[in-house]
Amino acid sequence: MTLPLIIYRSLRQHALSTVITAGSIALASGLLMCVWMVKTQSQAAFTQTTTGFDAVLGARGSKLQLVLNAIFHLEASPGNLPYADYEMIKRHPAVKAAIPIAVGDNLRGYRLVGTLPELFQTVEYAPGKKYTLEAGGKIFDPDAKEAVAGSFAAERLGLKVGDTFHPFHGLVYDEKNQHAETYTVTGVLKPTNTPVDRVIWIPLHGLQTMSGHDPRAATDVSAVLLQLRAPTAGFMLDMLYNKQGNRLTLAYPVGAIIAELFQKISWFDQVLTLVAYLVALVAAGSVLASIYNSMSARQRDLAILRALGARRRTIFGAVVAEAACIGALGAVAGYAIYLALFAGVAGIIRTQTGVVLEVFAPHPVLWICPLAMIALCALGGVVPAFKAYRTPVAETLAPVS
Amino acid sequence: MLAVSDLLKSYPSPEGGRVEIVRVSAFGLAAGAQLALRGESGSGKTTFLNLIAGILAADSGRVAIDGTEMTALGEPRRDRLRAEKIGYIFQTFNLLQGYTVLENVVLGMSFGPGADRAHARDLLGRVGLGHRLDHFPRQLSTGQQQRVAVARALANRPKLVLADEPTGNLDHKHAGESLALIREVCRENGAALLLVSHDEGVLSQFEQRRDFAEINAAKGA
Repeated sequence: MTLPLIIYRSLRQHALSTVITAGSIALASGLLMCVWMVKTQSQAAFTQTTTGFDAVLGARGSKLQLVLNAIFHLEASPGNLPYADYEMIKRHPAVKAAIPIAVGDNLRGYRLVGTLPELFQTVEYAPGKKYTLEAGGKIFDPDAKEAVAGSFAAERLGLKVGDTFHPFHGLVYDEKNQHAETYTVTGVLKPTNTPVDRVIWIPLHGLQTMSGHDPRAATDVSAVLLQLRAPTAGFMLDMLYNKQGNRLTLAYPVGAIIAELFQKISWFDQVLTLVAYLVALVAAGSVLASIYNSMSARQRDLAILRALGARRRTIFGAVVAEAACIGALGAVAGYAIYLALFAGVAGIIRTQTGVVLEVFAPHPVLWICPLAMIALCALGGVVPAFKAYRTPVAETLAPVS
Repeated sequence: MLAVSDLLKSYPSPEGGRVEIVRVSAFGLAAGAQLALRGESGSGKTTFLNLIAGILAADSGRVAIDGTEMTALGEPRRDRLRAEKIGYIFQTFNLLQGYTVLENVVLGMSFGPGADRAHARDLLGRVGLGHRLDHFPRQLSTGQQQRVAVARALANRPKLVLADEPTGNLDHKHAGESLALIREVCRENGAALLLVSHDEGVLSQFEQRRDFAEINAAKGA
């Protein structure tokens, strides 16, 4: 009990500096874990979120913009393509399924996307997982002014089966741009933890012919979501549309295109990680400074302990262990910081993209980081421990008479 | 119990060279004996006790405690010997201010044969502090703090108790009581007591008394 008692009493005697130092450790640990977890999870989530499709066909333009618009329901559409293009690719022998979508309207900021009922009836958004509706709901009639709401959009907008609404023109909500049509909610999708949750789905024809839309584009679609029969089909279609053709763009494979996005913003991720490492170093330095500065005040206590028979290595070990304890306190509190930060960031990401990040998903960083912080703090305790180790007993206790 | 021979301790002088503080050719104390050393301030008696306790290294000479030559031991074993066989009552008590009364005593024991909380409680009860176990030194009177220091020094049932002006901070009444307590507990434990003081009132209570100047031949002390 000797060592724990010495450590406990020392921490109590310097309670304020203990709390402040442990707080800085907690901040560093929480920040590091949060940066790491958000980085790895968001990268994995975005690159794996294909909602069941292998490729996207759209107007000539950026593949990334096409994927962000058609799969993640972010960004503006690069343009429309004629319905004939949809019919042609649908009949292509390499294509297993083709689902057209049309965008251009919203309901109080949540996108309205026009599509066909087949999306909900035949497509698996993840292996073995098809879209299902909450009890009492049904898929919209493709010829009626009906809507199926994604779970997140329904929750945020308070939509339920039987509710009616007027769509607003454009992707950005402007209350002055309300359409005259009245849509009735016929179903609410169960959560899929994909961008689909943030969308209100209506019949393709309904969106194409919404009042105020250009009548010349009444049959155009914004993009076609594709399931291919084999990976080689993707390269064949890539050749056909991207290299030989110059009118349309095929985004394939979806995951690799999103991975490119992460590569482009990797500098930001590196800066965040560097900041977190610096915070960790500063925190370890603060442990060193905090204990070192208190050494003058503690030298008499250390000399008394030595006079009572405590060995030098006991004193050295007590100071290093005290630093490690401060690190451990900070590491534990770091989990609270991590939870708070991660919950905030994950909430923003879900609201903006529909991608769900799991705060409790197991990852080695969740134990490596706290252990590394404790080790770093123990290392920070070595310098003051060495000073304690060298405390001259007789000179400290009383002057020579 | 205690045998000192050819013990020398000196310090560097500001004028150059070295100043001798302690030079004791021969000194001994039998088991259970109680001896008072008379010495004025600056005579080197605290240094002498520190050399015996092994918390100060001698330039040369021998100090043997209960048959073990302390000066021949490495520092870790010297620390161990001090923790097991020597009880030291400091003039300024040297209590750990951040620890309770009981912890002060138990911690002293833990470096020696091992912490024995029951014995520590008994001893503190014996010195009249059984009701103050969870108090901190700053919450005690000077006399009570001195009694904690006594309990701590005796907790390991040491073979040798060193007392450096143990009543120097107490009034006449409390000094007499404390001295009687130290001597009584030493007798009960069969411990040898070596006390240094310049207070004639304290010295007069000892049957065995010596002038430190008689045994310390240091030129600079």
